[in-house]
Amino acid sequence: MTVRIGTVRRGLERHQVRAGSARSETRVRGSSGRIFTRLAALGGFAFVLAACSGSGPQTSLEPSGPIARDIDQLWMLVYSIAVGVFVLVNLALVYAIIKFRDRKNDDRQPVQLHGNTKLEITWTIIPAVILAVITVPTVQGIFDVRAEPTDPETVQIKVTGHQWWWEYEYPGFTRADGRPLYTANELHIPTGVPINLTMTSADVIHSFWVPRLNGKRDVVPGRSSNLTLVADPDVATTDYGAGVGVVLGQCAEFCGLAHADMRIRVIAHSPESFAAWVEEQLAPAPVAESGAAADGYATFTAVCTACHQATVQLPDGTVDWVGPEDFFLEIGDDVFHSSLGPDLTSFNSRYTFGGAVFDNNTDHLAVWLDNPSAIKPMDPDRNDIATRRILGMPSFGLTQQEISELIEMLDTWGVEPVPR
Amino acid sequence: MAITAEPQQQQLEVYTGEKGIWAWITTVDHKRIGLLYGTTALFFFILGGLEALFIRLQLATPNAEVLSAEAYNQLFTMHGLTMVFLVIMPIAAAFTNYFLPILVGARDVAFPRLNAFSYWLFLFAGLMIYSSFLVGGAPDGAWVGYAPLSTQITEVVRMDYWAIGLQLLGVASIASSANFIATVFTMRAPGMSLLRMPVFAWMALVVAFLLIFSLPAVGIGLFQLFLDRNFGALFYEAAAGADPLLWQHLFWIFGHPEVYVLVLPAMGIVSEILPVFSRKPLFGYEFVVFSGAAIGFVGFGVWAHHMFTSGLGPAAEAGFGIATMIIAVPTGVKIFNWIGTLWGGRIRFTTPMLFSIGFIAMFVIGGLSGVSHAVVPADTQQHDTYYVVAHFHYVLFGGAVFGYVAGVYYWFPKWTGRLLSEPIGKLHFWLMLLGFNLTFAPQHILGLNGMPRRTYRYDEGLGWDFWNLVSTIGAFLIALSILVFIYNILRSRKNGPIAGDDPWDGRTLEWTISSPPPVHNFDEVPIVHSLDDFWHRKYTEDETGRLVALPPVSGGTLTVDEGGADGGDVVDDDHDGDGHGDIHMPSPSYYPALTSFGLVVMGYGLIYLSWGWAAVVAGAMITLWGLFGWSLEPVTREEH
Repeated sequence: MTVRIGTVRRGLERHQVRAGSARSETRVRGSSGRIFTRLAALGGFAFVLAACSGSGPQTSLEPSGPIARDIDQLWMLVYSIAVGVFVLVNLALVYAIIKFRDRKNDDRQPVQLHGNTKLEITWTIIPAVILAVITVPTVQGIFDVRAEPTDPETVQIKVTGHQWWWEYEYPGFTRADGRPLYTANELHIPTGVPINLTMTSADVIHSFWVPRLNGKRDVVPGRSSNLTLVADPDVATTDYGAGVGVVLGQCAEFCGLAHADMRIRVIAHSPESFAAWVEEQLAPAPVAESGAAADGYATFTAVCTACHQATVQLPDGTVDWVGPEDFFLEIGDDVFHSSLGPDLTSFNSRYTFGGAVFDNNTDHLAVWLDNPSAIKPMDPDRNDIATRRILGMPSFGLTQQEISELIEMLDTWGVEPVPR
Repeated sequence: MAITAEPQQQQLEVYTGEKGIWAWITTVDHKRIGLLYGTTALFFFILGGLEALFIRLQLATPNAEVLSAEAYNQLFTMHGLTMVFLVIMPIAAAFTNYFLPILVGARDVAFPRLNAFSYWLFLFAGLMIYSSFLVGGAPDGAWVGYAPLSTQITEVVRMDYWAIGLQLLGVASIASSANFIATVFTMRAPGMSLLRMPVFAWMALVVAFLLIFSLPAVGIGLFQLFLDRNFGALFYEAAAGADPLLWQHLFWIFGHPEVYVLVLPAMGIVSEILPVFSRKPLFGYEFVVFSGAAIGFVGFGVWAHHMFTSGLGPAAEAGFGIATMIIAVPTGVKIFNWIGTLWGGRIRFTTPMLFSIGFIAMFVIGGLSGVSHAVVPADTQQHDTYYVVAHFHYVLFGGAVFGYVAGVYYWFPKWTGRLLSEPIGKLHFWLMLLGFNLTFAPQHILGLNGMPRRTYRYDEGLGWDFWNLVSTIGAFLIALSILVFIYNILRSRKNGPIAGDDPWDGRTLEWTISSPPPVHNFDEVPIVHSLDDFWHRKYTEDETGRLVALPPVSGGTLTVDEGGADGGDVVDDDHDGDGHGDIHMPSPSYYPALTSFGLVVMGYGLIYLSWGWAAVVAGAMITLWGLFGWSLEPVTREEH
């Protein structure tokens, strides 16, 4: 259930250094007021530094792409102005309360100042000017960030938000059964080219957010919204093998019970690695002629295909498609595929499952197939397939044998990535 | 009215009047209603605080299992709803009820029984929402209740409690707002022109207007949600062609002015306290008043800055972003004027003053992080993260709550005749300031590092562990400071130093009358000659503008040297010492409580529609009974 990748560990080390210094400060506190004040100032300074040096795979402060970097520069502009204003205002405040405090045997009678129009005008105009300075790049930034990518190499991806998982469709890539490439939760993208996401929701409002690549964008039922992601070439590190890097995100609009478990894992490939990934994803899932995997397929078509779909290659070599009838959401000119459950064609190639929450391994799968609600809070008792309302995968009372057969089958669907 | 213990006791008896619970249920005295509002708000504050502690315990460590997702979602929804509607709004209403009439020199609000009705409806609706914990679970769709999540699961009644409860609270607020507006415009003492009103009275007036204009929008939205949930109406059903964003517009065109509803009264309180303990008039009174009104006015034009990620389009986003920045200007004017008030004064660091200064410092942080939300692209990173949680807690806790606590320390002697303990108060202040900053400052970093709000768990390895733990420790420090506060109240209520009429050397009319004030507030309706009228009866200025004390007026009562010069219906008091003369006070009535009780019975009926029609009918009958009794009973009590 944990994220174990290089960037994370680096972030953590830096983080612990900071944590240690903060703790030692609190220990000294209390010996005298002056020391306390100095340490408070030091702590405040450390805090201010902490606030502008981000870390972690999901931070907005260490952008991994040009759009997020533009946003970060705007943030740094307003942040530094805000820190300046804060310091000046509080210096004035602290100076006033120290200088004009009531001392022992103080019988000053203060001058009864009622106001000063010139001062009022001054401190109305100065903030207005500062704000005007912020406004210009803000308005520029709004139009820049929202601009649709014009690069001919732009990769189009359609996103449908579901309670509580993400469905992705790559209309530019077609499988052997003539259907586009479908996947879930893990968004594979090439670095260096714009990715144009066209998004809608199948149920309630969600929000697609990968802070290192761009700000968030709500995913609203009945509406089609766009978000452009661009990842720097150097994001394709070696997190997941040569030329494969990862950044994280998650749903940012409260969408009910498992909102916290509706996560996004963006897997950024070098162009060659992306081409290889697409190639691999287009291959149909093999159906075994006999053995445990074949028995698993029998259970799959009897139980799972009520909601899940897959492009399969039967033992006789024909490519077929199994799953519920296709359903589309049509919003203006945009047509979105909306499944009841994730497409499982290349399931074994995924790093995680269950809303990108659980590492894809046999132990997790065994628990999940027995009773998904045991590890992810969902409400499948309220499912109603007729009205297409799905609030999570129910427990089907599968036997241990059926579960291990299903896992056997899934292990043959797609190439297991190294390392996972 | 000399400052001795003995008359104090007499006054306490005058104040208490009829004893027992029935006297409180039937009271129409604005001071008692104010105290009821205050105590009830404190009760809900404890509940909302406990919810916050559970939330912080769950988030203290990654993937903690203190709460299930289901419990967590209920607790954060109820925490928000409680703190906004059942704590901060009512505590503001408590101060306004108690002090608005006194500050403008009136004997009660314009509609005393309507005032009682507002209180009882608020109490019953609050209890009704909380009763949901006992019958299947509290609302769990966030306090903003975004459609279609809030309309989605019709078989669960939780969000019906939220929809009906908020609707009833809205009715209570509209009634009390109308009452306050009528009080300000019709009940001011002779000579109390609008620009002689204390800033707190001004802010109460602005808030009343904000509520009257904003609540109907969310009221309509709540009805639509209720109809969607229970009658299959399609106001927010995208599949039927509706646009769920409509709810966000209706909610935030209420919700943003609501922010100012929560904070403007606290700004008013701070504007009263700073001059008193600086021994200087408020710097730029007119500018403070008008910037408050400007904040309220512009506050109606910025609601969509809560929707910068929803896809309004660049033009609308630019417009609302700029409007939001404009609000920072009058806010800055206020802060500069407060510092101007301190400047050159003789500053006494009493507990109310400490909390007021804390208010300024903390509010500056909340205001500045607010400006960063107006930078729309940056907001797309901050929106719905802990950065926003930090921002609005700096405004609503570091701002509003600090201001209201300052008000409690400042006016407690007027309520009870006794001062709160200053040493305990200072301990309370430093604990709360430290706890508050430990809790919420780290949340800025958490949000910018990608932690979304309203999530019940998170993985380790995201760089969030340390600051979440710090935040939880801070939350428990806040809880400790609140315990100190409650101890101070309980202890000082009986044992605190006797306050006398004017313990702080105050400036405004409430300090001219006894502590606690008599039922009728003023033996003689005061005639007001200037802003800070009471101050000018005690002090004058020499030619350099320095303060010079006037000799104390003999006899303790205030002579009115130009009685009637300003016109008006000054009651010529009989000066016989009991101070009642021919003052007519409204008589107690249980009909307001009965009327509001009927409304809440109807509310329960609507929530359980399948069998609830009987309750709807019964509630309607009770309400009608209450209204009939209300309109037919005599208005004034017999002379005594």
